[in-house]
Amino acid sequence: MTPPDIEAVAEQVFVALADPSRRAILAELASRGPATATDLAARLPITRQAIAKHLTLLAEAGLVTAEPGERRRVRYRLRSAPMRVAQQFLAALASDWDGRLDALRNHLDG
Amino acid sequence: MGFPDRVERTVELAHPPGKVWAALTTPEGLAAWFGQEAAIELRPGGPARMSWSHGHTVDMRVERVEEPSVFGFTWPVFGMPEDDLRRTYVEFTLEPAGTGTRLTVVETGFAQLPDDHHRKAYDAHTEGWASELGELVEHLDAA
Repeated sequence: MTPPDIEAVAEQVFVALADPSRRAILAELASRGPATATDLAARLPITRQAIAKHLTLLAEAGLVTAEPGERRRVRYRLRSAPMRVAQQFLAALASDWDGRLDALRNHLDG
Repeated sequence: MGFPDRVERTVELAHPPGKVWAALTTPEGLAAWFGQEAAIELRPGGPARMSWSHGHTVDMRVERVEEPSVFGFTWPVFGMPEDDLRRTYVEFTLEPAGTGTRLTVVETGFAQLPDDHHRKAYDAHTEGWASELGELVEHLDAA
């Protein structure tokens, strides 16, 4: 199996999370568990067509997986692995040693 | 590959290693530039804690103490959920440079496997994440 391109994983997650409808879909799957596109359309103020489009993008980003079922009864389940990758990316960026070392220098010079 | 597992910075400080060491390893020193309050037991395995006035507190564990040249500790990964058990390792290296000190800080472990206990707990909620992180680690090891 080819190792995933980590930056690409993180980028897809950020793209997925940039859209409020997709955030709503992920939040719904996180809080209430696997659901079909029809379930999600009933619970969220988003059309079924739009939900289907968003689920396709989320599946490509690896953030949801489709569980086999009859047509229209395919259930989507949240996968948080790509999210963790993106989170680690952010953690490294946010480590802020530049700010801390400036503070150290000011303390020593002060 | 752009994914950072490691953050490294070096600064030249116009003060001798002994003074820099005190700023890094004493409660008074740490409270002056890092946290707002600090406590530390300066021995490998010793606990340390820093807190800030807005209520944030971080618990650290002292890992390496080689006065006055190496000081290392682990702490939780900033920005991760509170129940996440992963920690990064921070190591300061102090080298004399003229009358001052060259200080290098390296923080590693932004991309790592959680321990088995944590992975098991996580598997209850998520399929496939362990294998995905396994691939991540292989990828980073190969880089």
